[in-house]
Amino acid sequence: MHEWALAEAIISSVSQIAEKEGLKEVREVKIKVGELQQVEIDILEFALSELKMDKLKNAKFIVETVKAELQCRACGQKWVFNKNELDEEKTEAIHFVPETVHAYIKCPRCGSPDFEILQGRGVWLESVRGVK
Amino acid sequence: MLDPRENIINKRLERVKHIIAVSSGKGGVGKSLVASTLALTLTRKNFGVGLFDADFTSPSTHLILGVKDAKPKEEKGIIPAQVHGLKYVSMVAYSKENTLPLRGVDASNALIELFATTVWGELDFLIIDMPPGISDATLDVIRLVKGIKFLIVTTPSTLAFETVKKLLKLLAELKVPVLGVIENMKMNKNEFIRQNVTDAGFHFLGWLPFDPKVEGSLGDIKALLETDFAKRLAEIISKIFL
Repeated sequence: MHEWALAEAIISSVSQIAEKEGLKEVREVKIKVGELQQVEIDILEFALSELKMDKLKNAKFIVETVKAELQCRACGQKWVFNKNELDEEKTEAIHFVPETVHAYIKCPRCGSPDFEILQGRGVWLESVRGVK
Repeated sequence: MLDPRENIINKRLERVKHIIAVSSGKGGVGKSLVASTLALTLTRKNFGVGLFDADFTSPSTHLILGVKDAKPKEEKGIIPAQVHGLKYVSMVAYSKENTLPLRGVDASNALIELFATTVWGELDFLIIDMPPGISDATLDVIRLVKGIKFLIVTTPSTLAFETVKKLLKLLAELKVPVLGVIENMKMNKNEFIRQNVTDAGFHFLGWLPFDPKVEGSLGDIKALLETDFAKRLAEIISKIFL
């Protein structure tokens, strides 16, 4: 699953942060996941629990989903991504590469494909807490 | 907030021996043809080869290779499709026949996403067909892909070479290895490109003829590999890699 690749990237980044910050143990990691990518949170959490080791062994991963908000650059219209408006093949493409949204969605007001993903794209580490 | 993806890219590529970005300052000089033919030729020499079409808005390697459906598989990441014996990833698997208009920041995000999630495994060569110009993708691969080397394509035109000179200057300033420059679509014996590349301190790898048969071979790799273009490229490749 694609979620495993993302989990691997998260574990690698957290390990690097722990090293840099001189943490002996990582206790809590807050992760934000953009809705646009439709990451299966259960799979991501399972992958994280399977991949965590060493300093991250006891870490609690808190995953929060962020709504995907889009804004048209041509007319300024803001709207929220709704995957139910697309068929499975298109949502799957967006799952793998969120930017393909520009091939499948247009501004609901003016029809432009030139819109900005204001929030809700990708996976981000919000905080890493641990013991020094 | 930190983007965790960039951290994993070099781990994904750690079992790739050579990563080669086929690049140019201009579009229309034959980068995709050189990248595709290079990948096919190395595959025929029994190397493990991957081809990554990084030109997301105007991909064309699928047309050159005659790829109908090259959807990568999903298994703890993206597993490249197998095409003519090489591992292949192109955005076209996701964007299909639709127009994919991307601003720089979006193209950059998509590039990072695919580098972070594609599991190339063990390869002798990963050939990257770069989008034209000196913008996000060029800066991203230089920044993110350890050990990347550039193979530059130009035409005999001063218009193309002027932009290539700028690209070469940037790569030299950033100390990025350049394998050399290939002159494509050559129609006369003019030594302008060879002379200028050599004077600038780079390797002139050779020239490829303007070969009218190439157009008719698109989508048929057997016909493509029989063109004078492909035969001459094979000679250049053997000088560089074999």
